[in-house]
Amino acid sequence: EWTRSGRRSLQVKFVPDEDVLKHITDDAGTKVRKDKAQLSVTLRRFVKKLENISDNEAHEILEEKNYVAALGIRTQDSMGNGSNISGGEVYSFQTPKRSSKMAELASELAQTPEQNVASDHSKCPEKMAKTPQSSSNFMWAEIVWKCNLKKKEFVSTTPYRLRKRLAASDPYLESESEYSASCSEEEDEEDHKEVSTVLSDQKTPGKTKAASTPPPRNSRAKKIKEQKMGNLVEEYFEAHSSSKVLTSDRTLQKLRKRRLSQQTLHDLLKKAPLAYAAEIRDLNQQHESLFSKWMLQLHLGFNIVLYGLGSKRDLLEKFRTSLLQDSVHLVVNGYFPSITVRSILNSITEEVLDHIGTFRSPLDQLEFINKRFKEDSSLELYVLIHNLDSQMLRGERSQQILAHLSSLPSIYLIASIDHINAPLMWDQAKLSLYNWLWYETTTFSPYVEETSYENSLLVQQSGSLALSSLMHVLHSLTLNARGIFRLLAQHQLEKKDNPSHPGLSFQDFYQQCREAFLVNSDLTLRAQLTEFRDHKLIRTKRGADGVEYLLIPVEDSILADFLEKEDEDV
Amino acid sequence: GCFVFKPTAKKRRLSEKTGHDFRSRSSDSEDTELRFVTCQSLWNQIKSETEQIQEDLNKQLLDNLVSFLSRSHSEFQEKTAEWTCRMKFREIPTAALVLGVNVTDHDLTFRGLSDALQDNVTPYIALLDAKDCPGIKNLMQKLMGQLMNCDIDMDSSEDEDCVQVSQNRIRCSMSSLIGWYESVTKKTDSETPSKKRNSSSRHWRSPPVVVIFKDMESFTTKVLQDFIAISSQHIQELPLVLIFGIATSPMIIHRLLPHSVSSLLCIELFQSLSCKEHLSAIIDKLLLTSRFPFKLGEKVLQVLINIFLYHDFSVQNFIKGFQLSIVEHFYSQPLSVLCCQLVDVKKRVCSLSQEQCENIRRLPSFRRYVEKQESGKQVALLTNDSFLKEETVKLLEDLHVYHENYVSILRCLHVLTSSLPKYPLGKQIRELHCACLENRVWETEEYESSLQLARMLNKTDLVTMLQQCVEILVSSSGKEFDKTVEKLKEFLTQFQNLEEAAQERDVSVPSQKELQKKTDLYHLQKTLLELKESKRSKKLTKFEMLRFEVVDCIDSLVRKYLVPADDRTLHEIVYFNSATVLRGHLNAAPRTALHTALNNPHWYLKNQALKCDGGGISNKAPDICIVYKLHLECGRLINLVDWLEAFSTVVMAAEEPNADAASSDQVDDIIHARFIRAVSELELLGFIKPSKQKTDHVARLTWGGC
Repeated sequence: EWTRSGRRSLQVKFVPDEDVLKHITDDAGTKVRKDKAQLSVTLRRFVKKLENISDNEAHEILEEKNYVAALGIRTQDSMGNGSNISGGEVYSFQTPKRSSKMAELASELAQTPEQNVASDHSKCPEKMAKTPQSSSNFMWAEIVWKCNLKKKEFVSTTPYRLRKRLAASDPYLESESEYSASCSEEEDEEDHKEVSTVLSDQKTPGKTKAASTPPPRNSRAKKIKEQKMGNLVEEYFEAHSSSKVLTSDRTLQKLRKRRLSQQTLHDLLKKAPLAYAAEIRDLNQQHESLFSKWMLQLHLGFNIVLYGLGSKRDLLEKFRTSLLQDSVHLVVNGYFPSITVRSILNSITEEVLDHIGTFRSPLDQLEFINKRFKEDSSLELYVLIHNLDSQMLRGERSQQILAHLSSLPSIYLIASIDHINAPLMWDQAKLSLYNWLWYETTTFSPYVEETSYENSLLVQQSGSLALSSLMHVLHSLTLNARGIFRLLAQHQLEKKDNPSHPGLSFQDFYQQCREAFLVNSDLTLRAQLTEFRDHKLIRTKRGADGVEYLLIPVEDSILADFLEKEDEDV
Repeated sequence: GCFVFKPTAKKRRLSEKTGHDFRSRSSDSEDTELRFVTCQSLWNQIKSETEQIQEDLNKQLLDNLVSFLSRSHSEFQEKTAEWTCRMKFREIPTAALVLGVNVTDHDLTFRGLSDALQDNVTPYIALLDAKDCPGIKNLMQKLMGQLMNCDIDMDSSEDEDCVQVSQNRIRCSMSSLIGWYESVTKKTDSETPSKKRNSSSRHWRSPPVVVIFKDMESFTTKVLQDFIAISSQHIQELPLVLIFGIATSPMIIHRLLPHSVSSLLCIELFQSLSCKEHLSAIIDKLLLTSRFPFKLGEKVLQVLINIFLYHDFSVQNFIKGFQLSIVEHFYSQPLSVLCCQLVDVKKRVCSLSQEQCENIRRLPSFRRYVEKQESGKQVALLTNDSFLKEETVKLLEDLHVYHENYVSILRCLHVLTSSLPKYPLGKQIRELHCACLENRVWETEEYESSLQLARMLNKTDLVTMLQQCVEILVSSSGKEFDKTVEKLKEFLTQFQNLEEAAQERDVSVPSQKELQKKTDLYHLQKTLLELKESKRSKKLTKFEMLRFEVVDCIDSLVRKYLVPADDRTLHEIVYFNSATVLRGHLNAAPRTALHTALNNPHWYLKNQALKCDGGGISNKAPDICIVYKLHLECGRLINLVDWLEAFSTVVMAAEEPNADAASSDQVDDIIHARFIRAVSELELLGFIKPSKQKTDHVARLTWGGC
């Protein structure tokens, strides 16, 4: 119960609690002392580790001698769009890490500012001694527990029994929880080795063995490189083969927090001040100074694509308002969930070209646009597309059409992309049609509009849409039909606590309906159900025994709302 | 999601718009107009030049294709006469055109091809793209649409037909196509003789119908097979000729088509010119010439060539990069107004404003130049504008002369180095050009070793090389080479003399003969030693002396004329050197930028609080950076609750000082909201996605970073 199965060694040992306790009492004391001595070293090392990342870049680049280095402009990279990061670093594979790592990093980050504060030592030596002893599942629990001690709120991922002990909040037991980490130490060491191989000599090897001095970097780097190639492939498949998920089982429901609705989220975020507003403004001003250059290049037959972290919507909007006021332009909100290429083409033909009529296919439409623009050389159109890489537009055919559109000499396209894999949308042919000029516009501004449409995991879907449509459909039905639906809804709400409930079987339902004088034969009920099904109000499922079960595919809360509203109406 | 905005006032800014943009960019408004005009005219010149080059290079290919068409066509006409032949030959004449992997350049080739065919062979050409033809029906539709449209182009009197055709109502079948063809050919035959002569002068009688499959590989096999099978049935009535555009290798035809189908084709293979040759031609004509005042710096050229070699092999993209460099240069360098033909220089220099003079004085290369002058001249250069202008004209002329000489000598050196084994200075002249631009080539190891090798050249090679050099120098426009040419010619005559002398003198080689005698080991050793001694002390032969002289002569030429451009005064005016900009626009790395922004926000946000030791990340970083950093520590799945906890731990630690003031509950909510925002942003960026594998988990989508 105590030990986790090592990912590689796959050792599963059962250790009785008594043994562990005994072990702890023997070792804990010495351990704490030893670790204390290493503490300052390790903290600094952590910082250094981060430092090394940039230090080693140059080194690594030299070693790799990839063609990017051959381009030979790295040295005079003035604007420094981050191109001084070698590809290997960005794209390298990575060994699977456990969720505990996140907690570890969080605690490290949380501690960074007060890393040298000595008072912490005296207050809780165990905690500080703990930092070098990284990567245990229990680490996480401890940090959270520590943080929450102040708040008197207790949440934890630790196994039940350990939590009980922690709840006692005995300092001795705390060190015990710490020790539980060392049970899995050998596995951790292995883990670290892998991590360091992959990170290609950024990380000092001895996070676990903090005292050991690292060997000279060069030889190490070479060795690592050799190992790297062999291991990477194996590691990748290893990570993806195991179906076992090594994360804690906590869910948001257990957390006392409710899901926020889109509106409250918006309000809350308004309250939170935007960090680094001044710097972000500076960044934006830098980009805005390029506006006239963009115009020039658009007119010379290039199209412009913007990339980089942060919403580029405001920037493009500003570009539009400042330079495009006097010309015909089309703004496409690509992040809009129901946008299609057809709607883009339609708005060009209908609104820009004032053409009335439909087209058989987007290709025909494209041809029509092509012809019109060729005929009338005075026609000019600026197209701004926010998020060219959105779900709806990233398809091959959509991109093909957009690329063709952008290749017309009097259509000027300026677009933004955000997804990390966005450039994969385009092959050479499309790229040459688009004729992109890339501009890095990192703005760091939050993606407010772009994410508001996304069905985020944490945002509660208001369900208002579903409810209103439900009401709408139901109101057009007869009274009996509404009664039938009510019956089903009530039944479903009664059974909502039983997740394995398959739904109401047809026979039972028929019985109930008869009793309520809603139907007189099962044929009428069937006809009614068919109508429901056509409106997607119910779903039928055939159970293992061949019986038909009926379900309303709507969330319980919405259903409850619906019943409430119905009661009001009646 | 789409919004069209139309200007309220229907005023339209017209052609001077582009100039407007160019002008409005910066504070120095002067000369921008002129600069823009110069830029445009230069670009137009270069564009037409590249088109010309392309045309010349494709000429051979097009000629071959046209002759192929005529051959196959004449067969068709004969065939119509002989009934037996008709039965036998159901083969469709087909040209397989191997174009190479640079797909982006194909369009131009095809355009040239269809133009050439239209002019010389037939008006009936259809260009088919794979993407338009997912099924045989679409293919036929497309084919007929194109053929009937071109019919309209030829004869505008058929307006009624045109309407009918454009409705796309007619049934797309082979028989209707044949019907159309018959009617069209009959019509042209029955037309008035004058008109007939008119049209037949360009096209043949009953011209063939050419169908071009632009990207053969992307067509589905079924469509191709069906089309070929069907049209082979009708080849007697419809003189069809197919052209396959192939990017990979001709093998693909047999892989796509089974034997039963490919046997219906009579395939002839054509090879278009390789993109590397094309590039060499472009570089030769655009860069290694003094015709255009604008020059590419070493780094820029290197970037463009690297994009070509490592990314796409596309000459189009190379030219695009070239265009971009021109625009960038004229846009960003105010002095680029002087980057014009030599005849205009004087006038333009005279009209320079005072500010522009200051700009000249600010140029690093000019400053270096000033420092080298004696003090009196220094003062004059820095204070007297008119003196400065005179000097500038002189310097620009120097620069021009330098460039003329540079090109000639570069070609000579290339003749020398390209004949050496292992090509220490590169096989292509562009490599040599880059090496010379980069730094003093004579200081490099490669140059040293190539001279070494040159000193070992045999006589015939040396003589041919010298002859080539003489040709280059004679034909060059540089005026300083008279003496050099004289000298080289003298070398040539000396070699000639040497040959004659050698013929007269019979050099006996006694030592060699001695060796062949029977001897014991001791004696052999002794003679060998003696031989070695004699060789060491032997005087150089006349030929060797001469060879040394030749190499030294070339060496001195190189040292004199192949000075890197960076060392020349005022090189900034004509050389475009900001390779970073170019690379940023053409060969961007969006993912790297994201990576930097997330890992090292200080790079962009110059705030002291973000500056964590060594470019790491502090807990005061923007939310998304923290969330990103935390998620990197996770495996395939991430527990949202854990993530949220970790996030709030970090954020709380960062906000400790003022957190007590606000009510903790609200703070919690705000942190929660910030977390939600950051996570959904990561989702938008494609780092995570929701997962159904476990409740409240998200899946990581990347395996990168650290």
